[in-house]
Amino acid sequence: MSDTPLIDQLETGPWPSFVKDLKRVAARKPAAKDLLRQLDRSYKDKITHWKHGGIVGVLGYGSGIIGRYSDLPDEFPGVEHFHTVRVNQPSGWFYTTQALRDLCAIWDEHGSSILNVHGSTGDLIFLGTTTDQLEPCFAKLTAKGWDLGGSGSAMRTPSCCLGMARCEYSCYDTMDLCYQVTQEFQFDMHRPSFPYKFKVKCSGCPNDCVASVARADLSVIGVWKDDIRIDHAAVAAYQAGEIKPRGGGSPYDKLDVKADVTDLCPTACMSFDGKTLKIDNKNCNHCMHCISLMPQALRIGTETGATLLLGSHAPILEGAQMSWVIVPFMPMESPYDELKELTANIHEWWSENGKNRERVGELMLRLGMRAFFKGVGLEPPAQTVRTPRANPFFFWHAEDFEAEAAGRKYIKL
Amino acid sequence: MALDKAALVEFIYQLVAKAQGKKQLKAMDLQKAVLKEHPDQNKNDVKFAIKDLIDTGRCVYTYFGGSFVELPHEEGAAKKV
Ligand code: HEM
Ligand code: HEM
Ligand code: SF4
Ligand code: SF4
Repeated sequence: MSDTPLIDQLETGPWPSFVKDLKRVAARKPAAKDLLRQLDRSYKDKITHWKHGGIVGVLGYGSGIIGRYSDLPDEFPGVEHFHTVRVNQPSGWFYTTQALRDLCAIWDEHGSSILNVHGSTGDLIFLGTTTDQLEPCFAKLTAKGWDLGGSGSAMRTPSCCLGMARCEYSCYDTMDLCYQVTQEFQFDMHRPSFPYKFKVKCSGCPNDCVASVARADLSVIGVWKDDIRIDHAAVAAYQAGEIKPRGGGSPYDKLDVKADVTDLCPTACMSFDGKTLKIDNKNCNHCMHCISLMPQALRIGTETGATLLLGSHAPILEGAQMSWVIVPFMPMESPYDELKELTANIHEWWSENGKNRERVGELMLRLGMRAFFKGVGLEPPAQTVRTPRANPFFFWHAEDFEAEAAGRKYIKL
Repeated sequence: MALDKAALVEFIYQLVAKAQGKKQLKAMDLQKAVLKEHPDQNKNDVKFAIKDLIDTGRCVYTYFGGSFVELPHEEGAAKKV
């Protein structure tokens, strides 16, 4: 009889099975065999048999290696140590096949040869090795130009959508920003000194393909300020069924421009009378619905940059949060000094005031938007009002009265 | 008065050594403790002093639900907790 009767059942469904893959690896790696056996045991016991954390790492780094141990080492010696190595991915996850071969060869030699490409942090993940293999593995990675990503209470590996490399919606060069932010915050990525993790994710447009609004402490989402560009001939072609909706990526052959596009605009700022499409751009909230449905007819504007949002995270101390607008529009031009400086100010304010394991979004709620804006040196813009019924009040700081007496104006025309 | 580089490294090492086994200190706790005694110390000096302790192996980073700076010790999680 098989040692893994329960997880064997996972091979029987119609889908590709990780069990089948791992069995193939188990033929040459004892770690993979014990991984399967321990998982089967967990299915029976209904608890995990992993312990995590501790002390393992490579010299000089406090991040990038995640200690993982079996709590049943005598029964599953192959996974007594099963540490994870996070390898900082290239921006947009573009690899040459040679680079992938190099990575696989290193991991075949120094680990279980099991990969997770990619983890939700964005990193390429090497799954499972022993403490003695960490330094030699790291040495081979760095010799090929790779570095470890972030883990622990540190700056995490920034990630981005593929942006201008392949996508016409991209309002800024996400891959360049991601690379530059990664370089700028190297110290904080390898040496954990924050209250908890800090993630930056860069999406080129509000379609937000890296889900930064839900998964990043700092979400950088591309946006435009001027008008959506309309090609009226193409609108007519969509209406006539000559062009398929969504670039062909839709189950429907033909668009009804009024029913499918303009009537579903969330701010009701569009109209179509059968001939002419009109957009009241002042009331457009850049949801991307119309553009994604008719990419040949509608294009993002030309005055582009990004909206910055802060604070999303899974439940930790408090419940889950989505990111919250802090800067409605920032131009995104290399070398991105304004963004880098603001990020450093946010780190400082959070490090100074945050409790252990408190994410920056939780701190922002605990101390309030008012303290946040003052602490990081930002002006509070109207766009940060998320729920008008609950937070329409702004409490002035003492120095605001003096500034007002000296002639400060609040509405800039 | 601000400490010179060597004295700062030693000051931080002593903070870590005294806390060992009693309280796990984060990098920010160390910075706050330094600034309490030496308010004019540059924060960046503190970052690099911790880096020095880590790079020489006198201290290590650990992770127990958060990242801490500690003296090197036997891996607690390796065998039975
Ligand atoms: C010049 C005098 C006043 C001003 C400028 C004023 C202003 C305001 C403002 C700006 C709000 C918030 C509206 C919102 O949340 O959308 C509000 C709400 C409210 N005010 Fe006044 N108010 C005044 C006098 C009063 C008086 C005399 C009373 C009661 C006797 C009162 C009772 C309320 C109540 C109950 C609400 C909450 C309404 C709701 O949430 O539906 N106000 N007021
Ligand atoms: C047994 C007596 C009362 C009951 C059961 C009651 C119940 C309620 C309820 C269920 C709400 C809605 C709360 C919400 O939106 O979450 C409310 C709101 C309100 N009540 Fe009462 N109420 C009572 C007496 C009073 C009295 C005597 C006053 C004023 C003198 C009053 C003033 C208000 C006001 C101003 C609001 C709006 C608050 C806001 O929107 O922020 N209520 N009440
Ligand atoms: S987020 Fe926008 S720009 Fe980036 S890949 Fe997705 S649709 Fe394109
Ligand atoms: S992007 Fe969204 S809000 Fe703007 S016009 Fe199109 S559907 Fe309306």
